[in-house]
Amino acid sequence: MTSPLQLALLLLALGFSRGLQHHYPDQADQVDGEAELELVAEPSKFGSLWPLPQKVKLSAVSLKLTGVSFQIADAKGSSAGSGCSLLQDAYRRYYEYVFGGAKRQQQPGKGRRAAGPAVLTELQVWITSPDPECDGYPGVASDESYELTVDQPYAVLKAPKVWGALHGLETFSQLVYEDEYGVKSINSTTISDFPRFAHRGILLDSARHFLPIKVILANLETMAMNKLNVFHWHITDDQSFPYLSRTFPQLSQQGAYHPYTHVYTPADVKMVVEFGRLRGIRVIPEFDTPGHTQSWGKGQTDLLTPCYSGSKPSGSFGPVNPILNTTYDFMSQFFKEISTVFPDAYVHLGGDEVDFSCWKSNPDIQTFMDQQGFGKDFSKLESFYIQKLLNIVATTQKGYMIWQEVFDNGVQLKPDAVVHVWIGGGANDEMGKVTAAGYTTILSAPWYLDYISYAQDWQKYYKVEPLSFNGTEEQKKLVIGGEACLWGEYVDATNLTPRLWPRASAVAERLWSAADVTDINDTFNRLSVHRCRMVARGIPAQPLFSSYCPREYKGV
Amino acid sequence: MYSLEGVWPLPQIFTSSIERYPLNPQAFYFGYGRQSAAQFGCSVLDAAFIRYYSLIFPDYTGNGVLRFLEDKPFHIEINVDHDDCESYPHEDSSEKYNLSVSAGKASLNAETVWGAVRGLETFSQLVYQDDFGSYFVNQTEIDDFPRFPFRGILLDTSRHFIPVHAILKTLDAMAYSKFNVFHWHIVDDPSFPYQSQTFPDLSRKGAFHPMTHIYTQSDVRRVISHARLRGIRVLPEFDSPGHTKSWGKGQSDLLTPCYSGSTPSGAFGPVNPALPSTYQFMATLLKEVSSVFPDSYIHLGGDEVNFSCWKSNPDVRAFMQKMGFGVDFTKLEAFYMENIVNITTFLNKTAIVWQDVFDYHELIPKDTVLHIWKGSPANYRKELSRMTKAGMRVLLAAPWYINHISYGQDWRNYYTVQPLNFSGTAEQKKLVIGGEVCMWGEYVDATNLTPRLWPRASAAAERLWSDEKQTSSVDKAFPRLQDFRCKLVRRGIRAEPLYVGHCKHEYQGV
Repeated sequence: MTSPLQLALLLLALGFSRGLQHHYPDQADQVDGEAELELVAEPSKFGSLWPLPQKVKLSAVSLKLTGVSFQIADAKGSSAGSGCSLLQDAYRRYYEYVFGGAKRQQQPGKGRRAAGPAVLTELQVWITSPDPECDGYPGVASDESYELTVDQPYAVLKAPKVWGALHGLETFSQLVYEDEYGVKSINSTTISDFPRFAHRGILLDSARHFLPIKVILANLETMAMNKLNVFHWHITDDQSFPYLSRTFPQLSQQGAYHPYTHVYTPADVKMVVEFGRLRGIRVIPEFDTPGHTQSWGKGQTDLLTPCYSGSKPSGSFGPVNPILNTTYDFMSQFFKEISTVFPDAYVHLGGDEVDFSCWKSNPDIQTFMDQQGFGKDFSKLESFYIQKLLNIVATTQKGYMIWQEVFDNGVQLKPDAVVHVWIGGGANDEMGKVTAAGYTTILSAPWYLDYISYAQDWQKYYKVEPLSFNGTEEQKKLVIGGEACLWGEYVDATNLTPRLWPRASAVAERLWSAADVTDINDTFNRLSVHRCRMVARGIPAQPLFSSYCPREYKGV
Repeated sequence: MYSLEGVWPLPQIFTSSIERYPLNPQAFYFGYGRQSAAQFGCSVLDAAFIRYYSLIFPDYTGNGVLRFLEDKPFHIEINVDHDDCESYPHEDSSEKYNLSVSAGKASLNAETVWGAVRGLETFSQLVYQDDFGSYFVNQTEIDDFPRFPFRGILLDTSRHFIPVHAILKTLDAMAYSKFNVFHWHIVDDPSFPYQSQTFPDLSRKGAFHPMTHIYTQSDVRRVISHARLRGIRVLPEFDSPGHTKSWGKGQSDLLTPCYSGSTPSGAFGPVNPALPSTYQFMATLLKEVSSVFPDSYIHLGGDEVNFSCWKSNPDVRAFMQKMGFGVDFTKLEAFYMENIVNITTFLNKTAIVWQDVFDYHELIPKDTVLHIWKGSPANYRKELSRMTKAGMRVLLAAPWYINHISYGQDWRNYYTVQPLNFSGTAEQKKLVIGGEVCMWGEYVDATNLTPRLWPRASAAAERLWSDEKQTSSVDKAFPRLQDFRCKLVRRGIRAEPLYVGHCKHEYQGV
């Protein structure tokens, strides 16, 4: 009872056009889209798997699934039982993704007997390690590997921890397709999978524009579809302070765009953290200092440096004031709160783009500089501040991430600090320098997704090779991943989701799949179907090129 | 709090004072003046009252609102000169209106219902809420009319299918920016979603999907009717002879078979201009189109015709010889377009064609409108001079290819276009009938259409409606456009931000 692999159906009939690109103005800056027309959608031998697993063996043997009898259940030997709500929630989620909603269930025994030999009736999920980590939080060292065998009579998903099982469920859902009668089918398959990099993140900026919780959650959901595992929450910045602090409520009271409608309450934050955890996603908050803090000053007097014009304060403020003890008292209390609100082992402390002009103008700071023997070198003052801040955060038992400037300025970092490279192009010299100094690093420089341009810029993101810098094998091992950054100058809930997806999906595959997965044609084919799958799941992921999805986006 | 210029696009003559009048949703009335040619029962205005009531009072739920005795009623009285309630807006429709807001009363006078609809939009933008949620409108006097009669948006439903509800939403947003033409680029190479009554095979075989990715006749009627109620014309484009790959699937012998050497290669090129059957087909199709779409204009395309396939085909070459065209394929293209334009003339429709048609062949009927889409400002200015000098009417789209996105505030470029800044006489300038914002569909579907279009298209809307001298400063426009963008978001339009900041009511979707 086998039927040939119907990849054409699996491909959901993508009708790409190779026609002339309509109305391409004859302006030099706009001709770079032409080469992309060579891409033609054809079925990939890997169907619509995204990101591509490390090892895939697809067979031509096709099995049917019906929502009436199919179940996702714990395997007998699994260390996680029905008390593992993280998995139970995931089973429900993926059942709905596969079948589009609840189907009337028959008695399990009956259903199976009636099923016949070519039917897949169950996916058994088997957590193999004694501690499944059901109630834990994912971390940088979490085991995300899994093995998936689709065969009769059961499909089996084996993973040491729940984190791998979550990824395996996503992969399973991506293997299911509809045959020409609309019957859900899946081919007999063996997959063994694990991520190439441990840190695969998305940065969202909720300070330049406030992002309602709903849009954050929808994007966490989409991250899970792309096996991304870090939500870097750039929660505050110059423009606004939407984080409602229990210790310092005046920060958002004064510093948010609006003290009630444009804030994240403790309950909101908890919801985001838990929603992330249930999808194997870490939530790393960023509280960027000493620059990027204009909004902090509104609710916390004496925190920012008063700028001077001549011998008088000008009324404007600069970066955090690094010479006052009150600054460090504030930071101690503030980060103590943060360490309890955000369970992740890391906090991002920022440290980028500090403007020295205000510090320079302030006579008290000049005096302090002389006392400390810093001379005129304000980067020493910056380092002085950061050093004290890092020591404060270290006492909260948290690790920290910092933007690359902190490293560049020679601040002494803890060995487990993560240096975040954002300046320059692809994998650049900075990666070499940071890793040569023995520090762990993640890459964002080539993945500033807020920089939009016409046509298929996802290819540019896809072609980045994070380890292409000059360095030893040991150095390369210090690269733990990367992040796609969607800064918020021009982004809010109205355009965030289509701008992020599927462009961030390109980054997701680069960070998950093997380094030699680089065939741009195969990628285009898989990504086209993957984006239609996101659309079918209610996510307004934008198109790659002229074409259609079987189920178009229903919103507006 | 309240900006005296809180109307987008900026009205021509606008004075207001700080005197303000409270509006109570429960004591607010639309009415027709005694002298008005239109009275209750006027489909356009009755529907507009219902729409604008909710737009004026976005918080009003109809329950739990206390009514205080001192709240005086507010009447808005509409007077129109012509009872054109059941007609369609057309090229010469007056959109002029006069709006006068005083204590307890506003009078809105217009020649046509279309002018009244524009005036209602303006009035809705004048109303604001204080910190307690109470509604106010200031004493205001407005005389307003559009600078250009043609202010369009092009949507491309061939490269991606745009579901009808997304088109309707776009029409809503167009009315908020006072656009008045929906240019429906309905078919092209990738797909043929228009379900033709006469040639059902065109969409059956040429649409992305024959059931789910088509516009039925009732879909089309719904779009036209939704547009009409908002004073928007629907201009269909059936682009030929190029851009027709999808047509060939459902209509055999329509496209030119390409040859490789002496045998057909299996590929097809533009419409085959050498066969009489082509013109019979086009006449029948255009006859249907002209009855389905009430507007007196049809867009015939005529752009980007690739000659290589025609060149390869021996029958086409023989036809060229017979016609005495030699080896000049532009003559063949001109011959084809001339025939098609004649068909529309016979159908009592005015043709619009892309500039290519004029570039190759300057002798086309004088009432044809030329649509400029190519080139840098220097280029399109030259084209404007040349075409208007030849006495042709023109429509400018080149600076408003809004599908080309870039980082930052590109709306500024759309805003600073000067459509009449070309060398020519005053008579020539009068031949520029307006402009059009084009959203080509290579990278756009319902997932990203709205935030890409709005508020960037609104920048062009002000350029096409308002006085250029009063709206020459981009920096002055910035806070007004920011404010208008938040209004769009409040009205459920997913309009993207111009820059950092916030709206009181953020978009609540995904």
